[in-house]
Amino acid sequence: MEYINPEEIPSSNSTRVLCCQCAVPIEANPSNMCVACLRAHVDITDGIPKQATLFFCRGCERYLQPPAEWIVCALESRELLALCLKRLKGLNRVKLVDAGFAWTEPHSKRIKVKLTVQGEVMGGAVLQQTFIVEYTVQHQMCDACHRSEAQDYWRALVQVRQRANNRKTFYYLEQLILKHKAHENTLGIKPKHDGLDFFYATESHARKMVDFVQSVLPIKCQHSKKLISHDIHSNIYNYKFTFSIEIVPLSKDSLVCLPKKLTHQLGSISPICLVNRVTSTIHLIDANSGQVCDLSSTMYWRHPFTPICNPKQLVEYVVMDIDILKEHEKKSFPGQGAVSNKHVVADVWVVRASDLGLDVNPVHTKTHLGHILKPGDTVLGYNLENTNVNDDNFDKLDRSVIPDVFLVKKHYGEKSARRRARNWKLKHMAEELHEGLSSTNEDYNDFLDDLEEDPAFRQNINIFKDQNRMPVDTDEIDPTLPRITLAEMLDDLNIEDVEMTEV
Amino acid sequence: MAVRVQFENNNEVGVFSKLTNSYCLVAIGGSENFYSVFEAELSETIPVVHVSIAGCRIIGRMTVANKNGLLVPSSTTDTELQHIRNSLPDNVKVQRVEERLSALGNVIACNDYVALVHPDLDRDTEEILADTLDVEVFRQTVAGNVLVGTYAALSNRGGLVHPKTTIQDQDELSSLLQVPLVAGTVNRGSEVIAGGLVVNDWCAFCGMDTTSTEISVIESVFKLNDAKPTAITSTMRASLIDSMS
Repeated sequence: MEYINPEEIPSSNSTRVLCCQCAVPIEANPSNMCVACLRAHVDITDGIPKQATLFFCRGCERYLQPPAEWIVCALESRELLALCLKRLKGLNRVKLVDAGFAWTEPHSKRIKVKLTVQGEVMGGAVLQQTFIVEYTVQHQMCDACHRSEAQDYWRALVQVRQRANNRKTFYYLEQLILKHKAHENTLGIKPKHDGLDFFYATESHARKMVDFVQSVLPIKCQHSKKLISHDIHSNIYNYKFTFSIEIVPLSKDSLVCLPKKLTHQLGSISPICLVNRVTSTIHLIDANSGQVCDLSSTMYWRHPFTPICNPKQLVEYVVMDIDILKEHEKKSFPGQGAVSNKHVVADVWVVRASDLGLDVNPVHTKTHLGHILKPGDTVLGYNLENTNVNDDNFDKLDRSVIPDVFLVKKHYGEKSARRRARNWKLKHMAEELHEGLSSTNEDYNDFLDDLEEDPAFRQNINIFKDQNRMPVDTDEIDPTLPRITLAEMLDDLNIEDVEMTEV
Repeated sequence: MAVRVQFENNNEVGVFSKLTNSYCLVAIGGSENFYSVFEAELSETIPVVHVSIAGCRIIGRMTVANKNGLLVPSSTTDTELQHIRNSLPDNVKVQRVEERLSALGNVIACNDYVALVHPDLDRDTEEILADTLDVEVFRQTVAGNVLVGTYAALSNRGGLVHPKTTIQDQDELSSLLQVPLVAGTVNRGSEVIAGGLVVNDWCAFCGMDTTSTEISVIESVFKLNDAKPTAITSTMRASLIDSMS
């Protein structure tokens, strides 16, 4: 405690009077007492508690700010000081001049705050006093931690499911979620047998997620709720909500056989079509005519169908000869839907790569890949001639309209070579989704290959430069491989602590 | 000798009494304790008189007095004035003054020779004051306060002034009064000197809160302990008396 005096050194013309208690000569002040006597006489920190309690949640390491707020603050931080000062009653009677932490051992569960206060005593004398308040940190579990401890933390669940035999659509969905930051309010993501579960604290967050998925993929959504508890007096109901999302069971490069009714609605497209791309709609292409159509999710669920061939059944073929269809050779008819101008329809003669060198006749088929195929190229396709298809729509078709071979995409050589040449990467949201993901995960690598081959497919997702892969000797890379240009890649945010140089 | 006394649990004894070298005025209180203290100390030498001014007990602040005379404000009733005249010695002149600043005790501080007055005091009052009390009048302030009667207590042997009075001011006042002055407090640090203290040349009364330190300051500056006055003060006073007469 010290007495504040504007001029510490007594000037010659100022009067010194005797302290009225102890007769020490002092500067005259409103109480006319020396500091020691004043201290013995009054205590301005009288109404301020010297001990207080703080509540701390061990689970989330937050402090309770009464009545019900939990805030994160580091030890000796400004926020913690504010919290400590709020816990002190009686501070409004004095003027707080300074506050700071006194050091305590971090595990001692004690926080000491050193306060300096000024108060007016005895007719206007201003007294300054420094004292220490000790806070005891007590543990109290916050509501959120309590909930999660009781396994009761989510209110709403979004189940995303796809009954297909590869996960490419999920990898695509993951990238879209990352790009649009749609997973911000998610409490947890759990991979299930054929899909993902997203957990939310409120129904509205879950609904937002459903809306997002609806806008990027063709889906069907069902909503249900389960009554957990309710209060008959106040009409409060406590539900758990579940949204079940089913994604259409088609993935890129699947072969489908459309119902007859649907082909009419889609501009009389040929029933056997290839799924070119799955975005918010299903993009189908017919190899015979290059005719394309977009199938919306509502239309799909009205006439559901399953793929007849999946990318796992793809077989390598070698192109023996190719003959691009002239303009006048293309068949067109009234009521025909849009024809792709990115694809070129061609007659092509192929031999199975495994039969190459044997004396077999090349198989003739039509393809929409005329713009990228040359004689000698390897191409992947479905061997419909030898495939056993169980599909009602397929069985109803006339055998003569079914091609022997349906070419799907060009094959760019060894997969490992492509992987080596890949100088970009994607971000991941849920590591569980990629569990066991390494060079052996074929689905994921196929997804990456698809991104390289189709610029339209990758336009909605963020691709990052892979700094570790950048210095690849470009001479070794086959220039014909499809590549992603540097302009399409983003620089990953990389925060490193750079050592400061001593001055 | 300084005596601690209380007026009905109030330490501001200077408000309720007036002490001079030839008489003492005491307010009419609920009990006679206050009066008894004065009586016990003074009755052998000077009369102690019960007085009210305009029906009020705050006679110490309303009047100004020394051994030669007494000034009372215009609000004093005729009966009260008559009672005072009857009770005081014959050689004491009692005078009623028409003064705007009617709390005469607050605006005038005096001993038997010199009076310090509020700078705004009326000219007529100043003349009456000089005539009645037989004093030399100076318009002064004490530590910047115009209420000189409140912040100074004077006797013919010394004076106690407001604790904030600077050394220069003390020197100046001291040379006017020709008595030593000291800055001090009464009633445990109170700076309202005349409120807490009445003094004459041999006796002082102060509030019950006054600490021993303050008592010792009072006794030493007013030379109340029976020690012989030093040669310097006695000669100084002699010369002062010479100049006045």
